[in-house]
Amino acid sequence: MKILVAVKRVIDYNAKVRVKADNSNVDLSNTKMAINPFCEIAVEEAIRLKEAGSAQEVVAVSVGPKACQEQIRAALALGADRGIQVETDDNLESLNVAKLLAQVVRDEQPDLIIMGKQAIDSDNNQTGQMLSALLNMPQGTFASEINLQEGEVQVIREIDGGLQTLGLTLPAIITTDLRLNEPRYASLPNIMKAKRKPLAVVTPETLGVELKQHSKLLKVTPPAERSAGILVSSVDELIEKLKNQAKVI
Amino acid sequence: MAILIIAEHDNCTLKGATLNTVTAAAQMGQDLHLLVAGSNCQNVADEAASVEGISKVLLADNSVYAHHLAENTAQLISQLGTAYSHILAPATSNGKNILPRVAALLDVGQISDITAVESADTFQRPIYAGNAIATLQSLDNIKVITVRGTAFEAASTGNDAPIENVDLQIESNLSSFVSEEIAQSDRPELTAAKVVISGGRGMGNSENFTLLEQVADKLGGAVGASRAAVDAGFVPNDIQVGQTGKIVAPDLYIAVGISGAIQHLAGMKDSKIIVAINKDEEAPIFSVADYGLVADLFEAVPELEQKL
Ligand SMILES: Cc1cc2nc3c(=O)[nH]c(=O)nc-3n(C[C@H](O)[C@H](O)[C@H](O)COP(=O)(O)OP(=O)(O)OC[C@H]3O[C@@H](n4cnc5c(N)ncnc54)[C@H](O)[C@@H]3O)c2cc1C
Ligand SMILES: Nc1ncnc2c1ncn2[C@@H]1O[C@H](COP(=O)(O)O)[C@@H](O)[C@H]1O
Repeated sequence: MKILVAVKRVIDYNAKVRVKADNSNVDLSNTKMAINPFCEIAVEEAIRLKEAGSAQEVVAVSVGPKACQEQIRAALALGADRGIQVETDDNLESLNVAKLLAQVVRDEQPDLIIMGKQAIDSDNNQTGQMLSALLNMPQGTFASEINLQEGEVQVIREIDGGLQTLGLTLPAIITTDLRLNEPRYASLPNIMKAKRKPLAVVTPETLGVELKQHSKLLKVTPPAERSAGILVSSVDELIEKLKNQAKVI
Repeated sequence: MAILIIAEHDNCTLKGATLNTVTAAAQMGQDLHLLVAGSNCQNVADEAASVEGISKVLLADNSVYAHHLAENTAQLISQLGTAYSHILAPATSNGKNILPRVAALLDVGQISDITAVESADTFQRPIYAGNAIATLQSLDNIKVITVRGTAFEAASTGNDAPIENVDLQIESNLSSFVSEEIAQSDRPELTAAKVVISGGRGMGNSENFTLLEQVADKLGGAVGASRAAVDAGFVPNDIQVGQTGKIVAPDLYIAVGISGAIQHLAGMKDSKIIVAINKDEEAPIFSVADYGLVADLFEAVPELEQKL
């Protein structure tokens, strides 16, 4: 079995986001970037399937400018076998990313595609579902457990109210939720080894994919600030404030 | 052109998130149709018909839609959807699962989790865990949108819209339902509760969450949690509040033993009043709390419960 994982370069989840003064976008200059945490979980799951002997090859794909090769290398250091960068300068909308990934999938013919449920920059939560539609494949979103079976994959999904188990025919697309696994750290020797693993670069043109703009970003503003409140000294004072000042109980 | 709204339901009752989505839709246009796709769900259709502002309910009652499998339901919605200017769903796990698939089938983008409607094609949505608000204009002929329920009032009921049957049976055979474990609770739904009390890693274990349940019951509220509490197995995943969990905005949010990471704040900082109980006075949660109590939760929470 061959597994494709999609990894996105995003702001590190600990980094602070600032909005540009002209409200055109957020300011990411000098911001620490990293592999999207949900994509890290996707890579980990693929590697575990390989270590268990269920998969033979893990391919990591990222769509973005040259800098996203860092995140592909990070996936290679975690244990992916080779990488593919789809070179674009734009911060692409999910449907365009899905169209590019769809062409990579047609070329690579993986049996399983694992992606994050959500990129923590745009918080879109769309690309996996869109890719499934474009390829007419089943989708197992928000996965907290994956079990490969003969010709099928069973996915336990985190849904409102609890958990749902679905059976999906292969090839299938899975998006990861937080409880799927706890990603490992890359060891120094593996980081060194990753530098020599193959990384191919393709473009929307070589893939033959035409991109279209679906929305226009008019402005980006900071959220409403909450003014800091007060410290109360006792439970009695807290109850008094909630009753008489805030009037919420 | 009319607007198609996807009803959230469990084949028995219409879920509250649908009503907030109807309010958002009414800010985009007039003619609102509500689609109930499910199995043995006539009761849901009847409830849907009572929602103010709805001009027509579409009922696709067929066993192939019983479990809201994305492969079947998205095909249904995309086939119906070509006749509409907008397709809206609540940003619930179902809406998030199905609607992007609909968008791709229609070759249009999706605008996720909107929190404000500026015009029929321009919307606001939080990005970067709510640390920035983007204003986006859709350029698509069919606008596919998920709606953050807490940002819109619930539509009222009392209407009697006509119900029209949809005879489309779409079965992909790509996916099959195996099983479901849904927690039953007498407490109000987390995302709609007026009071939410959430526990974090500081709760220590699963049994200690009964402390919070007792307070919740006195206040008629719901219980939530941080990711750390869910990851540790104290509570089930579906009560995680935050950027990648549930978004809540109750009148009163009480955070107990939660440090206040941005990913958690993203899910609760639009609450009207925030209370934080934490033994570390440096905890970032205090910077968003209206009332902070620096205390050991194992003393403060039982006292609170007793004195309420
Ligand atoms: C991709 C990603 C997505 C995430 N999504 C979410 C999300 O949706 N929701 C979410 O919540 N988090 C999310 N997180 C995790 C987030 O970054 C934090 O790790 C998490 O919120 C911490 O939970 P906590 O506050 O319970 O734990 P901690 O940060 O460990 O804080 C525990 C707090 O309890 C206090 N405490 C301990 N004992 C006591 C006591 N006896 N009395 C009083 N106080 C006590 C401590 O002082 C401390 O402040 C996400 C992280 C990532 C990377
Ligand atoms: N530019 C990209 N390159 C590679 N994968 C991506 C990209 N954008 C999104 N994805 C994948 O899609 C998932 C969901 O992203 P989104 O729909 O943007 O929230 C991510 O976790 C990735 O697995």
